[in-house]
Amino acid sequence: MKQIQLKKVSKNFGATEVIPPLDLDIEDGEFVVFVGPSGCGKSTLLRLIAGLEDVTSGQILINGKDATEMPPASRGLAMVFQSYALYPHMSVRKNIAFPLRMIGMPKDEQAKRVDEAAKVLNLTEYLDRRPGQLSGGQRQRVAIGRAIVREPTAFLFDEPLSNLDAALRVGMRLEISELHKRLDTTMIYVTHDQVEAMTMADKIVVLQSGVIEQVGTPLDLYHNPRNTFVAGFIGSPKMNLLTGKEAEKHGAHTIGIRPEHLTISTKKGGWEGTVGVSEHLGSDTFIHVECKAFDETLTVRASGEMDLSYGSKVYLTPDASNLHKFDENGMRMS
Amino acid sequence: MARAVTPRRKAINTIIAWLVGLLIFFPILWIVVLSLKTEGDAIKTPLEVLTSVWTLESYAVVQDRSDYFKHFSNSVIIALGSTLLGIVVAVPAAWSMAFVPSRRTRGILMWMLSTKMLPAVGVLYPIYLLFIELGILDSRIGLVVVLMLINLPIIVWMLYTYFKEIPGEILEAARMDGANLKAELIYVLTPMAIPGIASTILLNVILAWNEAFWTLNLTAAKAAPLTAFIASYSSPEGLFYAKLSAASVMAITPILIMGWFSQKQLVRGLTFGAVK
Repeated sequence: MKQIQLKKVSKNFGATEVIPPLDLDIEDGEFVVFVGPSGCGKSTLLRLIAGLEDVTSGQILINGKDATEMPPASRGLAMVFQSYALYPHMSVRKNIAFPLRMIGMPKDEQAKRVDEAAKVLNLTEYLDRRPGQLSGGQRQRVAIGRAIVREPTAFLFDEPLSNLDAALRVGMRLEISELHKRLDTTMIYVTHDQVEAMTMADKIVVLQSGVIEQVGTPLDLYHNPRNTFVAGFIGSPKMNLLTGKEAEKHGAHTIGIRPEHLTISTKKGGWEGTVGVSEHLGSDTFIHVECKAFDETLTVRASGEMDLSYGSKVYLTPDASNLHKFDENGMRMS
Repeated sequence: MARAVTPRRKAINTIIAWLVGLLIFFPILWIVVLSLKTEGDAIKTPLEVLTSVWTLESYAVVQDRSDYFKHFSNSVIIALGSTLLGIVVAVPAAWSMAFVPSRRTRGILMWMLSTKMLPAVGVLYPIYLLFIELGILDSRIGLVVVLMLINLPIIVWMLYTYFKEIPGEILEAARMDGANLKAELIYVLTPMAIPGIASTILLNVILAWNEAFWTLNLTAAKAAPLTAFIASYSSPEGLFYAKLSAASVMAITPILIMGWFSQKQLVRGLTFGAVK
């Protein structure tokens, strides 16, 4: 069932068009990630759905009802902000209970729901503290708690993990994914981090300059990027994109090859190059190879044991079946 | 890296700080000293003043001649009344300027501030005539309104800077959580702004308490606050130093006590925005 539908939704700030008219369907229970570089309009799109910004034109439907003019509170959505946006003067308990208090829920029912949420999020022992006395991760959990007690139609996350350190981020990523599996509620998640997008999403929406470049499952986007932007944005390290003669040989304007689809050899192969920096991750080694033939540095994923000295001569061979071809407009050639 | 402070340096700094403090406080201290002397002793050289007899005579005379408590209650009503009325008017104004600014917000704020640059005496005549017309000359309500208007720019500015410090995302979160405008103001904005509102109230009570131009010009007997009480002892002729000092001490003591107990709030209020 289509739960949230955007129909020809656009947004202008003054004379600047931030989001040209776009259509998007979000299914019930889906985990949708909006991803794109900063300034691509992903947060604005989320705020339009939340009702924190007014659409310039178009229509937003939530559960089939026109929500375009509805105030944020009536849309049945809960939002988790990047800065957590907790109420600093209230205890954790009161923070979590706030949305329930706003709908006038009886006190004992409120307490029950808060206790349940606190249990789910491991916040029980912190209920009487103020947000200022909590760590970043705990604050983020309180913000999530405040969102789940309302049992909303959908959750909106606006870069919720970007204020956390790397280790905590991985942990919270898992927690949010688990929460999604448990609650089975629609989640819309905004991030600039494609790793977050790949690991969490059922469906990824890639945005650039307010335009949806591609919508699809993580693996679909990874294996069949619709254009060079998606090809370069999704995947880490980035896909190698080559133009010029080598691309022409394959009848394309640009060819793309992912680091894991290049074989490296010191003896023979298709493209000659010299080894630049090697990044050892233990499980893998990412080797940057300068190829003189097309004046580009290509990234190759090799096994963790691979150890090549800087400046040594190597040969790269692309896996022809995994070569992506793009035309002069950067669009995928089938 | 923190700079190392040697004990010697610390001692010197302490002494300098005390000297500066004493210098600033000296006029008030001297008023207190003079108020405890007879009129005859009060005009002698400082050394003679200090060695002469101490007496509460001036206080008795002042209390005898004029009704301190009437002036005191007028001051309280005018200072608190104008401040609270100002807060009621300024909170919504500052709220809208801080959270839903328009293109003209900056201009309006500057214009409001510019009214403070106008010499008050420039508008004395029209305001005086208005007061006569409205029949509120020498009335507490008249002074409450005038002092409220005089201090309104400062109140709005102070509240505006406080509100600006409140992250917009918190208010958006409240909106997402189902709070309407009223609930947002009552449960989220006001509690977060209370320290700021408190400092604004404190500062404005002090400003209104000390305001002398309007309170002297627009009152005679009925609504006269403590400023008029002091002024009645300032005379071009005769010996009134001790009595004037006694009246001054009586007038400033309440506000000094209030300032002493609320200095933390006051300092925070005055430096807000400058230091985080």
